[in-house]
Parts: sequence; C-alpha cells; structure tokens
Amino acid sequence: MLRFATWKVVSILSATVLALLVIAPSLLSPGARASLTNHLPSWFPVRTIVLGLDLQGGSHVLLEVDAASVLKTEVQNLRDDTRRLLREQKVPISGGVAMLPQGVQFHLLDPADAQKITPELAKLAQPIGGALLGGPVPPRVDVKQLDNGTIQLLVTDAAIQDKIRHAVDQSIEVLRRRVDALGTTEPNIQRQGDDRILVEVPGLQNPEKLKQILGTTAKLEFRLVAQPGEDANDYDMLDQVEEPGKLPVEKQVMVQGEDLTDAQPAFDQHTGEPVVEFRFNIRGGQRFGEVTSANVGRPFAIVLDGKVISAPRILGPITGGSGQISGRYTVESANNLAILLRAGALPAKLTIVEERTVGPGLGQDSIDAGKRAAFVGAGLVLVYMLITYGTFGIFANIALMVHIAFIFAGLILLGATLTLPGIAGIVLTIGMAVDSNVLIYERIREENHAGRSVISSLDAGFKRAFATIVDSNVTMFVAAAILYFLGTGPVRGFAVSLALGILTTIVTAVTMTRMMIALWYQHKRPTKLPI
Amino acid sequence: MKLLRLAPENTKFPFMRFRRVSYPFSAALSIISVVLFLTLGMNFGIDFSGGTLMELRAKSGTADISAIRSEMRKLTSGDIEVQGFGSPSDALLRFGVPKEGAVAQEQTVAAVKDALGSQYDFRRVEVVGPRVSGELVQSGTLGVVISIIAVLCYLWFRFEWQFAVGAIIATMHDLLLTVGFFSITRLEFNTTSIAAILTIVGYSLNETVVVLDRIREMLKKYRKMPTDQLIDVSVNAVLPRTIMTATTVFLALLSLVIFGGEVIRSFSLAMIWGICVATYSSVFICSPMLIYLGLRNTSAESAPAPEAKDAKAKKTGAVKTA
Repeated sequence: MLRFATWKVVSILSATVLALLVIAPSLLSPGARASLTNHLPSWFPVRTIVLGLDLQGGSHVLLEVDAASVLKTEVQNLRDDTRRLLREQKVPISGGVAMLPQGVQFHLLDPADAQKITPELAKLAQPIGGALLGGPVPPRVDVKQLDNGTIQLLVTDAAIQDKIRHAVDQSIEVLRRRVDALGTTEPNIQRQGDDRILVEVPGLQNPEKLKQILGTTAKLEFRLVAQPGEDANDYDMLDQVEEPGKLPVEKQVMVQGEDLTDAQPAFDQHTGEPVVEFRFNIRGGQRFGEVTSANVGRPFAIVLDGKVISAPRILGPITGGSGQISGRYTVESANNLAILLRAGALPAKLTIVEERTVGPGLGQDSIDAGKRAAFVGAGLVLVYMLITYGTFGIFANIALMVHIAFIFAGLILLGATLTLPGIAGIVLTIGMAVDSNVLIYERIREENHAGRSVISSLDAGFKRAFATIVDSNVTMFVAAAILYFLGTGPVRGFAVSLALGILTTIVTAVTMTRMMIALWYQHKRPTKLPI
Repeated sequence: MKLLRLAPENTKFPFMRFRRVSYPFSAALSIISVVLFLTLGMNFGIDFSGGTLMELRAKSGTADISAIRSEMRKLTSGDIEVQGFGSPSDALLRFGVPKEGAVAQEQTVAAVKDALGSQYDFRRVEVVGPRVSGELVQSGTLGVVISIIAVLCYLWFRFEWQFAVGAIIATMHDLLLTVGFFSITRLEFNTTSIAAILTIVGYSLNETVVVLDRIREMLKKYRKMPTDQLIDVSVNAVLPRTIMTATTVFLALLSLVIFGGEVIRSFSLAMIWGICVATYSSVFICSPMLIYLGLRNTSAESAPAPEAKDAKAKKTGAVKTA
C-alpha cells in the first residue's frame, strides 16, 4: 500500500496534464485557441470536441436506392439488347419483345431458330467486367425456353443486388460532389446497409434545399421538339416546368448530360436574367454543333429528369461547344441547377426514408441543458461524497474530476461525436464512477471495524474491492460495446461516452485514489481511519 | 467532522426471509408488466412506428395549440397529435405515416411548413419511413438480447453457473418491469429508450455482480453456514455500498431529469426507475435464487446436492486465491 513507484506517480500526473491540455482548446474562445496553437509543438493535437447534429443543429437524411427503378432500367436495357441481338442474327419473331416485371419474353416464328439464338442469348447472361474483382460473378439473366418457341429472359436477383450496390457507390460520389458544392462544413456521406446512403450535414440552415439537391436525379438531355405531322411513336409528351401543358419532344436524345464538362450560373448578356451556362466535351460539342447547324429555326428542348425546362429556338449553329439554359431562374435556383449539372446524374432514383433536422436554436438549448445537468449532477455527487467520506471523499472527488477530464480527452482524441445522449452517458458515469470508490471505502471501513490496523485495512480494502470492480465494470462495458455495434447515431454516442467512462474509472478510481491515499498516509501517519 | 451515513452500521437484516414475499410480489409485477405491454402497448415514438415529429416554437408569444390542431386537420386526414412541450411557446406535433406512403409524408411536412412557417420556427423535424422504423425495432431488440447473452457468458466463466442464472433472472425481471413502466407511464419509447434499457441492464448486472462477488467470498470463508444465512450476511455486508451507490446515481439522474431538457427526460425517468428496480432485484430476486438453484448442499431448505458440486466450488475457490 505504502510503496508507490515514482514512475507510476509521474505517469498518472503526466496523463492528467496531457488530458487537460487536450481539453483546453475546446474550452477556449476561437481567438485564444489560435494563439494556443502557435505556442504548442506542431504534433500536439489541437482539436475541439465534435458536436453531434442534435447539439449543433443540422440535417440527417437517409436515402434509399429505389430498387424498382433499378430493375426497370435493367429490364429496359435487356429489351434493347435482345432486340439488337435478334436483328443481328436475323431471327424473326412474332409480335415484339414483351417486357415482364423482371425480364423480357418473345416468341420465335420458327421454333428451330431456338438453337441458333440460345448461345447468343447466353452471352447476354455473361456479366461485364466483374471478373476483375475476383470471385464468381452471378449471371446477369436466366434464359428460359418455354415450349412452342417462347423464350424468357429473366434478370437474376443477384444481378439486381449487384446493380443496386453499384448504384449506391455511384450515388455516394454524385451526392458528395453536390453537397460539397453547397459549401457547408464537413458533410458526412456514407453507405448504410445494402441500399441506403446516409447524409449528415451539420449546421445547415435550410434543410429543404439539401433535400432538393439530394433527391433530384439530374439527368440532362437535349432533344428536338417534334414537328407537326410526326409519327406519335417517335415522340414523348413531356411536362414543362415553366409553362402549363405538355410539349411533344422527339424520343431521340441528341446530346446527353454526360458530355457536359462544366456548368456555372451567370447573367444573360441581353436581359440580365440569371441563366446557367454550360460547356461540352469535344464529342458533345461536335454533336451539339451538328444538330444546331442542321436544325436552325427549330425549338430545341432541354430536358431535365423528364421535364422540359426550356425549349429555345435554335437561332444559328452553336459550334463553340458551350451554351446557355435560360428560364425564369432566380440567382439561387440557377446556382442549384448548376450544382446538379456539374455533379452529374444519379444512376437511380433515391427516396428519402428518414430525415432528422435540428435547428441551431434547439441545438444550443440542448448544449445548455446538458451542461447544466452535468454541472448540477457533478456538484451533487461531489458534495455527497464529501459529506459521506470526508478526507477520503476529497480524494474520490479529485479522482472523479480527472475521470471526467479523461472522458472528454478520450472523446476528442478519438474524434468521437458528442451527442445529447452522450452527455447523459457522461452524467451517468459520474454517478457510476464513484461506485468504485464507494466499493473500496466501504471495504476499508469493514476491514477496519473487523479490527485490522489502519495500514492493513487500506491494503485489504483496495485488494478485495478490485476483483468486484473489474467484474462489475466488465459487465457494463459489454453492454456499452454492444450498444456501440448495434446502435446508430445518438445511441452510439451514448455508448462511446459510457465505454470511455468505464475504462477510465479503473485508472482514476483505483490507481489514482490509491496513490493519493498512499501519499496522505506517508505524510500523516494516522492511527485512526477518518471514515 | 461528523460524516453522513445513510446505512446503519452492522445491519443484520434477514433479507432472505423476504423471498416468500418478494417472489410473489415480483411475479405479480412481471405479469402485470406483460399484460400491460400486450394490452396497452408502448407509446412508440416515430423511431419505431414511423411518422413525423415536429417541434415548433412560436416566433412571438405563446403557441396556440388548438389553432395548430385545426390547421393540421386541413392538411392531413391521418392521426395527428399536437401538444405543449416544455415552455408555453413550444409545441410538439406528431403524425403517423399517411396511407399514401413516404412521398406523401414529405409533402405533408412541406405543407405544414408553408402553413405555419410565418408564425413558428421549426426547431426539430424528424421524418421516419415505415420500413426504417421496423428495422430499428429489430436492431434494438437484437441489441438487448445479444448483450444479455454476452454478459451471461462472462458471468458463467467468472462464477458458478447458479450465479449466472440468478443474474439473468434478475436482469430479465428488471427488463420486464421497465417495459411495464414505459407502458403505464406512456413515456415515449424511442431509440434513446433502447439505450436507457441497455444501461439499466448494465446497471442491474453491476449491482448483481457486486452482491454475488461478496457471496462467493463468503462461501469460501464460512464453509459450514447455511446458504440463506450466508447470503444474508453477504447482502448486509454490501448494504452500505448498495445504498451509497444507488443514491449517487440517483442524484446524477435527478439532475438530468430536472435540467437535462425535454428531449432526454423520458430517458432519465426510465433510468431512475431502472436503478430502483435493479437495486431491489439484486437483493431480493437474484440472491434468493441461489438457494433455489442449490448453490450448496448445506442449506436447510434446498434439496441436498451431490458432493461433487461442493468439491467443485472449493476447487474454483482455490484457483481464485492462487
């Protein structure tokens, strides 16, 4: 009990000082923080605590890739492939290629053709490019021959899953570019599960704008407006954004958004209205030049996500590879459209399945409430320990304060996010942390009452309480660990604070208190225990 | 300075005698909890039921709950709940998932903002789709079950099996009663409540382990003492610590209830209930269970256990002290 190695004293004290240094920047004003950074060695982590969205305000949006739309696109592609194949192989069919919910079907005029076409169809079943990643790649389609020459091609579930996974990966990239363009601080965009994407944007004032930017597919197409007398099969009736009513637009896509290299909001030179200027790559520029040269005088529809945003008349060939989209834009909506066009199209439709937005006002209120609860809670516990254990209570209280410092330092070093339930977790650990001290002190008292000397009571108290402390804390830690792995968002924050609190308890409540009591004993040499 | 002592010194309270009262009592409470859960159900928050929650604050003056309600009636036909929340200028608005699905849900949110945006600030908006909520229920339940199993394994390794079984029964008891508490108080049950429940599980086990640790120690010390007497001695020995710790945690939680804000109030209230139940069950449920499980053959009341068990207990003890 009395022997307490100097290196232990030194390492505990230096750990405490380090913890306080780590915390310090979070307590300072930004200005003071900057000057502190200048005075500390460059390796020292000057980091502040990361506040969760519930504390600083912000938006949390969970998006889901729409499996139905992925399947639909896949079936459409399959139909086009099948048609092409049948044409190439010159295999006549009766009727057309029919679309099924999960595939296509056609009927051979001559059932004998089946032998000719089957190996070709089998090629369609081969996935493309998957072999690079290694491992077996699931076939894309199942080819089924029904009797009397009907052939069914069904998209496999595995292929759909694969498509969805790719769509998620691709969407994450697109969303990241879009959100970055909003210019907010540190957005967090990550995959969640198989078909979901989590977007967290702290401190955003206008969640509507975020949702709009996230939810739009941004598929841009340039298509000619149909001329009177055209075959109805060759054009679509599309909604117009600006005007009521529909516009007939040719099915053939002249230039696609993929060929776009840049888009910027600007002001029209003549009218002064906000517009969006865009530039094509070489391929797109050439194509745009050809189309505009050949169709001077015709209206050219700019279609975004299946809606005509404007259909200006082509006044002359546009060969420079750049153009302008005008509409009734405000500066802000022109900017939003430019962001969407720059970031590219989403590969599939995304639906918002969960949205949580906390206003900055509520965030601040929550921080204040949390602080108040923590201070009052800690204060009550400190006073209670003091009036129950006197001198030993002071030791426990010092250990408790260091313990809290360790938790915060741990949170900062881990880069963990402090959430409101996290604060609750800390308040709770304040209550729990003294449990170890209580276990030790009660044990010391007990041994003392049983007639042991002061020094041997202290020794036995620490020794015997230790096993109990380990057992009881391990059970709590297990619960916290499981909370972390299964929980999401705030629950995770709570688990991190709780787990950190439990880990640091062992250091502070056991080792540190023991050190203080050892030093106190050496100094005072008491003949009676003060508890 | 005179120090405060909440627990009297050297108590000799016959705790084990109370098992004839505590078992029927707890059994009744557990059954009531299950019945309440099945009939009344829980007040599931939108995390679990899906739906929309909006917290509004009047830009000036107080929130006019009835005006908001009538405004809402115009916008959606589904269940709407409008209530005061914290200060008089705050209101909480809740509605379920419309039959038309998630898109309609988004549209209703936009409509509400349009209708009330001029008079109210939207402090918090949460929209959870029906499918997500189902998954949250799943992962939440899974979390509770897995953590109990994990802890069971730990206790099994560290103690005799009777201890693990006793601890688990006590924990299940605490869980049931907490569920009953949520059911009867109509406190909102959301993902944070899952955190509360898991923490209660942790605390309950913590309490149980402290008592069990002492019983194990006493087992080595008094080899001839009847089990019920031995448990009484152990529980009395840790009583000052039990009271002391329960009080400190209670104080910490009390400050959360009073000062922690509206959002985590239900969480803190549930935890307070949890620590009371956990403290009770560690003494009155878990410890007597050891007698029924035949921890040692010398107990006056339990059936005689084979000799081997005693030998095994001694062996474990020897390993521990080594």
